[in-house]
Amino acid sequence: MSRHVFWGGVHPPGQKHLSAERPIELLPIPARLYLPLQQHAGGPALPVVTVGQRVSKGELLAKAQSATSAPLHAPTSGTIAAIGEFTAPHPSGLPMATITLEADGADQWIEREPSPDPFDLEPAEVARRVGAAGIVGMGGANFPSAVKLDKARQAKVHTLVINGAECEPYMSCDDRLMRERAAEIADGVAIMLHAVQAARAVIAIEDNKPEALQTMRDACRVDERMEVRSLPSRYPAGSAKQLIQWLTGLETPAGGRGTDTGLLVHNVGTAYAVHRALRYGQPLISRIVTVSGGAVAEPRNLEAPIGALAADLLAYCGGVDTDCTRLLMGGPMMGQPLPCAETPVVKGTNGILALTAAELGEQRSPEPCIRCGRCVEACPMGLLPVEMANSARQEDWSGIQALKLNDCMACGSCAYACPSRIPLLQYFAFARSQLAEQRRQESKAQHIRQLMEQRQARFAREERVKAEAAAQRRAAKQSRVVVTADDDDDD
Amino acid sequence: MNPATFANIPHAHSQDSVPKLMGRVLLALLPATLYGVVLFGWPAFNLLAVTVLACLLGEAVCLWLAGRSVRLGMLDGSALLTGMLLALSLPPWAPWWIGAIGGAFAIVVGKGVFGGTGQNVFNPAMLARVMLLVSFPVQMTTWLDPHPWLSGSAPSFLEGLQVTFGHWAATDGVTGPTILGHIRTELGMNHALSQSVPGHYQSALAAVGWTGGSLGETAEILILLGGLWLLWRRAITWQIPVAMLVTVLLLASGFHWANPERFADPLLHLLSGSLMLGAFFIATDPVTSPLAPVGQIVFGIGCGALVYIIRTWGGYPEGIAFAVVLMNAATPLIDHYFRPRIYGRTWRGESRPIEKKSDEN
Ligand code: SF4
Ligand code: SF4
Repeated sequence: MSRHVFWGGVHPPGQKHLSAERPIELLPIPARLYLPLQQHAGGPALPVVTVGQRVSKGELLAKAQSATSAPLHAPTSGTIAAIGEFTAPHPSGLPMATITLEADGADQWIEREPSPDPFDLEPAEVARRVGAAGIVGMGGANFPSAVKLDKARQAKVHTLVINGAECEPYMSCDDRLMRERAAEIADGVAIMLHAVQAARAVIAIEDNKPEALQTMRDACRVDERMEVRSLPSRYPAGSAKQLIQWLTGLETPAGGRGTDTGLLVHNVGTAYAVHRALRYGQPLISRIVTVSGGAVAEPRNLEAPIGALAADLLAYCGGVDTDCTRLLMGGPMMGQPLPCAETPVVKGTNGILALTAAELGEQRSPEPCIRCGRCVEACPMGLLPVEMANSARQEDWSGIQALKLNDCMACGSCAYACPSRIPLLQYFAFARSQLAEQRRQESKAQHIRQLMEQRQARFAREERVKAEAAAQRRAAKQSRVVVTADDDDDD
Repeated sequence: MNPATFANIPHAHSQDSVPKLMGRVLLALLPATLYGVVLFGWPAFNLLAVTVLACLLGEAVCLWLAGRSVRLGMLDGSALLTGMLLALSLPPWAPWWIGAIGGAFAIVVGKGVFGGTGQNVFNPAMLARVMLLVSFPVQMTTWLDPHPWLSGSAPSFLEGLQVTFGHWAATDGVTGPTILGHIRTELGMNHALSQSVPGHYQSALAAVGWTGGSLGETAEILILLGGLWLLWRRAITWQIPVAMLVTVLLLASGFHWANPERFADPLLHLLSGSLMLGAFFIATDPVTSPLAPVGQIVFGIGCGALVYIIRTWGGYPEGIAFAVVLMNAATPLIDHYFRPRIYGRTWRGESRPIEKKSDEN
């Protein structure tokens, strides 16, 4: 594979120094854990426990609803306190179906059978076990990993790409994981290679993480199928499409899958979770979370149980200063603002940030667009963000689709680069919701049209039946008309 | 529902702003401007001041009429820049009303009526220059040889006021055509360039800025350095200047090679007139040039070709203003037809299949 480039991108200040030198620490299990039933793409998990039930650590709490779904396990032992609504990690702050687990402090594991050697298992069985462990994409995509593994094997993917780019500013959880648990990641990669039946693996790491590059190189030396590659540090190097483009020069076809290129991209955290699941039978019940930002007293990297509240993590890091102006789940480029700190960590949470006003930079209101084209230059997808925003402003929905809004991955590079601070992504989100609404209306209208047609058909049928009946009666009457000439007013 | 109901991501922004970008461009222009003012004395300074003031005043009035914040609108520096660019392209000893009319026209007609910053189709400074050239051909083509400040021939402050604001008639003693104007005249009289040019022009001299012409035409090297600095500071991108200069260079080389007696040599084209100013400071105006890099290259080639055509066959010795304004008019079209290729799609926008490569697998 020769070197290629990926288009566009921006260079936001890394800010990794705040937390990158802090080793992973174990967050003490909080008294209560809040586990939303939907932490993944696909259908929400279905609870299999009842309120008041005692569960052990690692016990199944909710099962996958369909093929594209993921089960949920107890991050610690305790009692189910509630199954109901709780604030979801989403900017809307809308509540979401959530299991509340009250920890008993014993942290008692469920009985686990000794795991067989994963390389003796059928590839499909490896994928099944990955699915049963509730593993989803840990980079934030949240897609059930087992589905990806199966599809990739069927698509005869030849290369597994392990994404250790971590291009979001502030984030250092993958960096720490690679530095401290490289051998485990390498083992997870080998297991995934077996599951996909791919020939080789490339571990891609941004060149601003020299230690991680070194430890991963050392760990992968034992397996000649694995190669560690250093990526240029440029956002969004860690996006799957851009990673594929950089590695091979190939592009995922529009409307197609990444695996069409013969590559499958998984996050390093996913590889680590696969190792734990297949070697020790441990489901995905904790993850590494970077807690950082200028308003955090002591930024850290924490191994936190799923379901711990952002507030728990922040408290462990010395609390939040009063000058915190924004709380984020995820990085500053793609992270979501949190309505409050009482929001749980989910499987895809890579970071909790508390940012000060100074870090957010000067807050300016949008100025007129000067058509400088910086947004165009920054877009890794080759789109025209300024034109899409104009279409959204004019509510030209067919125009914005012609500009391929659907291809936009909401990476935020365009809005980052804009000197006039045009809220480009706000326009895109607005357009997306309007288009979705339109589709809903359309399908509703179609549904109504169908109902109307059915009704009309029924009326027509009834009319016909009536008319036929009337005709018959008339015919009958005609034969009797001689007898009663004046009784035809009842038609 | 409106866009503001959605989360305003990302939470990080580059530090660039419109005033900062404009400020950089102004800074890059400063050395050349100072040099020009020194070279042409007080009248040049007066004209610069009048033009810039007219632009600022025009901008204030437009903002006020549009009901926008005058302070915020003025702060973006675009009116200041328009004034500077216009002044740099005027004959330095032109009367004050040339600058005043030009400046006001640039802002009010060139920008205000379109809806202000970001809405204009034409480069305001160049639109004004075209208007002035067409309306006041005599004043706009009366050039003079340098009269450096503090040299014997330089006008004093009062004489300078007299030149700019009084009834000053150009005399043969102080005026001379620009090199491009000279070539036109000579060619018009069927003189071969080998006879007409050497006495008038040495490219080295032009480069250090010892020629007649507008403020911005004289200090080519300073303009070039300013432009390179802008590229380095990423205030402009390379596509337009490179495409424009390379086009002029190629055309001039080709024709010169074919007939050196009829067509001036490429170096003369590059180093005379306001080509450098046009390539780095005028054609690169973000508002009136295409959005996408591909489009910018097309735009640059168009500007370069038009400049050469106008200079060589057109009715005016200098073509920057016409070339830029014409290409400005073509910009919406260029923006429509020259878009970047979308990731995973063909140029026509269809899904792009994976081509099988031999180095795969
Ligand atoms: S970056 Fe901003 S100002 Fe420049 S063209 Fe895009 S939207 Fe307009
Ligand atoms: S958010 Fe969309 S339009 Fe903007 S740079 Fe990213 S992919 Fe391009």
